[in-house]
Amino acid sequence: MVNNPNVLRLVAKQFIMKGWFHLYLTLTSVFIFCSPAAQGQNVEYIQIPELEKILKNPDNKLFVVNFWATWCAPCVSEIPGFEKTAKDYDPGKVSFLLVSLDFPSQIEKQLIPFLKKNKITIDVAVMKNLDYNAWIDKVDPEWQGAIPATLFFNNSRKTRYFHTGEVTEPELRKYINSLL
Amino acid sequence: MKKLILLLAIVLMQVSMINAGEPYKAGDVVSDISLKNVKGEMVSFSQFKDAKGFIVVFSCNTCPVVKKYQQRIIDLNSQFSDKGYPVIAINSNDKGVSPGDSYEDMGKLAKSKGFAFQYLYDETQDVAKRWGATNTPHVYVLSKKGDKLTVEYVGAIDNNADDQERADKKYVVNAVNALIKNEKVPLTGTKAVGCTIKWKNA
Repeated sequence: MVNNPNVLRLVAKQFIMKGWFHLYLTLTSVFIFCSPAAQGQNVEYIQIPELEKILKNPDNKLFVVNFWATWCAPCVSEIPGFEKTAKDYDPGKVSFLLVSLDFPSQIEKQLIPFLKKNKITIDVAVMKNLDYNAWIDKVDPEWQGAIPATLFFNNSRKTRYFHTGEVTEPELRKYINSLL
Repeated sequence: MKKLILLLAIVLMQVSMINAGEPYKAGDVVSDISLKNVKGEMVSFSQFKDAKGFIVVFSCNTCPVVKKYQQRIIDLNSQFSDKGYPVIAINSNDKGVSPGDSYEDMGKLAKSKGFAFQYLYDETQDVAKRWGATNTPHVYVLSKKGDKLTVEYVGAIDNNADDQERADKKYVVNAVNALIKNEKVPLTGTKAVGCTIKWKNA
């Protein structure tokens, strides 16, 4: 049967086709794995309307939104604590988001490498609007704009806590537990 | 006796108001400061006899946002010091928390950047606390009438920290220009993302 030239031709044809298919698969996976999403985290760009949507999310769960940037040393030091804490809570009950205030030139050079290196799986939203005065008050009227700052809220239960400055991992867990 | 209690209550209230240190906002009257500059001299507002006001910038050596704004701070001083509104930069960061913000490093930065303005060290952090400064850079534009210094504007330098060319709202420039023209300051307060002032560990 193997000697049948027709079958051989068919196998060869299939092999060639499969080859292309494999190449296609390989290229697709390379593409997928190189994109930030495949690194575990999902980086998206947001403007004021998207920020407002995040802040007004009506779902009955606790949202923990951290405002940070890779240029901010105290921010960078608290991020691993957020990542560890996020893993210990049911995503259906507590939802974490990192809002990056990195400058446009720092996204590829600093932000993405930082997220990869630290294996950050928490979603990251990059705020593209640099006209800070136009949106700081929407986060919290008491916020003067210094980072890090973290907002905890459950709009459905009308609970809310705004923390300015660094938050340690035990503090973070304490705030979450008290608001759950 | 009642009068005495009332008087005591008023005095106590005033004392507590001073201690509470509500953040300065437009319209508030500022008391003088006395801080050491990078040359080791003590500097006060009262020494600037010809000043019509000041552009006070809570600043530091290390904050990346300050670095983005450094040239703009230098330019504010060259643009406005001759017109009576010199820049006064104040570093309130604790060197224990932020070692790069030591007095020695302030001197090095002032020299390397050729600061033509006073760069003062708020070692006790009393000035930042009293004023209610929270960020770097955090600007207070002051006007002077007689000996009285009044806050005219509090907030950011402009609306684009990353790119000066793209800043289309130059808050401090507009505020000082209005004061020079004897006009009302168009916007008396803004907010901006910046570094936290590095407070001493309690």
